Amino acid sequence: MTTDWAGGDQEGLALIEARGLTKRFGDFTAVDGIDVEVRRGEAFGFLGPNGAGKSSTMRMLGAVSPPSGGSLRIFGLDPDRDGPAIRARLGVCPQRDLLDEELSVQENLWVYGRFFGLTRAEVRARAEELLEFAQLTERRTDQVEPLSGGMKRRLVIARSLINNPELLLLDEPTTGLDPQARHILWDRLFRLKRQGVTLVLTTHYMDEAEQLCDRLVIMDKGRIVAEGSPRDLIAEHSTREVVEVRFDVDDHADHATELQGVGERLEVLPDRILIYAGDGDAAAAALVDRGVEPLSTLVRRSTLEDVFLHLTGRTLVD
Amino acid sequence: MSAPRPQLSRLTEGPRRPLTRLDRVLGVAGYFATVSLRTWRSWVVSRFVQPVFFVLAMGFGVGGLVDRSSGGVGGVPYLSYVAPGLLMASVMQWATSESTWPVMTLLKWNQLYVAMLAAPNRVGDLILGHWLVICTGIAGGAAVFVGVTGALGAVVSWWSLLAILWAVLLALAFITPLFWVASVATNEEHFSTIFRLVVTPLMLFSGTFFPISQLPTVLQVIAWATPLSHGTELARAAFLGAPLPPGWAGHVTVLVLYAVAGAVFARRALARRLET
Amino acid sequence: MLSLGLGRYLVLRNITSFRRGWLVFLSGFFEPVFYLFSIGIGLGALVTSVRTDSGLVVPYADFVAPAMLASAAMNGAIADVTFNVFFKLRYARIYDVMLATPASPRDIAAGEVAWALIRGGIYSAGFVVVAAAMGFVHSLWGLLALPAALLIGAAFAAAGMYATTFLTSWQQFDLVFLVIQPLFLFSATFFPLGAYPPVLQGIVQLTPLYHAVSLERALLLGDVSLAVLGHTAYLMVLTVAGFALVSRRIGRLLLT
Repeated sequence: MTTDWAGGDQEGLALIEARGLTKRFGDFTAVDGIDVEVRRGEAFGFLGPNGAGKSSTMRMLGAVSPPSGGSLRIFGLDPDRDGPAIRARLGVCPQRDLLDEELSVQENLWVYGRFFGLTRAEVRARAEELLEFAQLTERRTDQVEPLSGGMKRRLVIARSLINNPELLLLDEPTTGLDPQARHILWDRLFRLKRQGVTLVLTTHYMDEAEQLCDRLVIMDKGRIVAEGSPRDLIAEHSTREVVEVRFDVDDHADHATELQGVGERLEVLPDRILIYAGDGDAAAAALVDRGVEPLSTLVRRSTLEDVFLHLTGRTLVD
Repeated sequence: MSAPRPQLSRLTEGPRRPLTRLDRVLGVAGYFATVSLRTWRSWVVSRFVQPVFFVLAMGFGVGGLVDRSSGGVGGVPYLSYVAPGLLMASVMQWATSESTWPVMTLLKWNQLYVAMLAAPNRVGDLILGHWLVICTGIAGGAAVFVGVTGALGAVVSWWSLLAILWAVLLALAFITPLFWVASVATNEEHFSTIFRLVVTPLMLFSGTFFPISQLPTVLQVIAWATPLSHGTELARAAFLGAPLPPGWAGHVTVLVLYAVAGAVFARRALARRLET
Repeated sequence: MLSLGLGRYLVLRNITSFRRGWLVFLSGFFEPVFYLFSIGIGLGALVTSVRTDSGLVVPYADFVAPAMLASAAMNGAIADVTFNVFFKLRYARIYDVMLATPASPRDIAAGEVAWALIRGGIYSAGFVVVAAAMGFVHSLWGLLALPAALLIGAAFAAAGMYATTFLTSWQQFDLVFLVIQPLFLFSATFFPLGAYPPVLQGIVQLTPLYHAVSLERALLLGDVSLAVLGHTAYLMVLTVAGFALVSRRIGRLLLT
């Protein structure tokens, strides 16, 4: 197999294989030697705060941004040399809704299909399915401009599926959407996954990563700081439960000493203190025993946010 | 392996049937054609109504004064003299307006270049497809112009159809450098300034309304260093039925140089912005 | 060191913003001057003299110069009250904010027209100076050319702003050009009314730029007659009517 179109992806091989992947812009290193492997059929996430290097990574995976170092294979192909062959099999859903607002909903799909060399009949049939999938069939002849944020995002996803991609890259798919729109979108992405589409997404929402990802990496300052399934990451880097306590003070650090020894570990944030404990209720009871009187006490399950906080000492969304 | 399998689909899992460069350019052109057809009203206004008004005012109104006063320009009735000039000045304006704001829109506002590059396209395909559509629209506008001026009696020969070719060449001499400018421009206010300080003066001092030889030497040098004067010379000869003016190869060369240099710079600047 | 660094940024910032504004501002002044040089002087070599509608025979450049002054006043006013006002009305929604204060629709109209006049007045003054230096001002009546340009600007600003309130999309700006361009070309700017058949002459005499051009031409050439009063009255009526209409219209659009 030597021709362009003949990528060497037999079953079982990774769709994406990155070793020491690096991206530099001048003196600034956006992505600093990461290793990533994404297998067919899984949903893989990049979790991290703004500026962690997620979008730069996604642009390299989308074969539009040449890596500055390391090796990268997508479908077994070299993105530098075989960019068009790779992109023919990719779907990309960028962070912003890059739609043509002068065209109608269905026209946006039609013109995009042409970029993949699909015939008119193929494009029309595919657009039909995708309008249905994106729940936009009734709005098909509408202009794009007045659509709601959720509809626009669904249209962008529909557009990115026009070529029936094997791998869908989603850069912060639900940022800026209201809760209801996010749930609709998650549901659509679940369906895609069930149809066998491999999903790679970035997010800075912990709940999104937990909902959607089989496996994820946590990125910070261009590096991968942890990798695994959401459950494994929580088990490895956090406790089962967390107690959040708030006091009526300006500086929560003042109260840290009186909580010392409760639970396994404390994390002091500007507006609250987190007590990591296997049994949250027991930890909360221990507070009462000590005579500590916080303004509020909340026992909850540990989340990826706690993992991130533990690994980097910072919260995900400022 | 032997020859590629032609039945390979573009919609199924695994390697897809590759797109040729022509496929990709035509795909992009298809997009821009769809958008242009959507705004056909402003095409009619800018490509038909406005040029006709210009020909009526300058060719007939001012032409009457010129012909009475000095018997036309070099023995040619002013209408016939000014019509090819107005055509090429219009071509310059069309080319400029299609290569400034729209490019910034694609780069910055709706960022559709990014979406196009997520498909199998390369930067070169985007601009070639776009230029193809712009040039087609301008060729159409030029054809309409030749037809209308013909109906008004400004055209003396079938050779005037050659002006459509010169219109496209002149358009490219503006389109490609302006794509470069738009790719490096940071602010859309630059474009109004380009219109007022480059496009309008070029129209006024490149032999559109009166021979360049009437200008002071400095302005003559500027006129011949810029594209419009060369396009106007070529189109005027075509309109007057002498298919090629003396020194035509020089005029063509200047226009080709502008177009090629602009294309090289535009491609490089866009790649730098989009493929980093 | 710190204060020097910050000071440098402040200076740079001011230069940058001044330079950008400066270029855009200056380019608006050059346009009519370029036209004067090209059409007036360049084409003037081919058209030795022309008979004005009042019967005066003058060199072509003298014929064109006042027309450039009048049409520049029109273009400047229209540019200000169309794009800018449309943006504020439909997108930035600045007027909604203003109307939440004691300001009335009339104040908004007055403010926009005044702003158009300030900018337009500076351009017109510059043009009059250039025209005078080149010998295109032939009498002391020329002193009134600038006030006349302001009146022209006010008339087009008020009428143009009124028209703008009816636009709903950027595409419709083609309509603005579709009105302004023929006014510019056919209002006895580049050739006298006598070039038209009588019917067309009548139509042209109904349009506003014709009166603006005729007024400036009379003043710069010193060819003042009672007709000047007619032109002035036309422009005044347009100003007052446009102003009243646009005030009412803004009130209707925003105070509902």
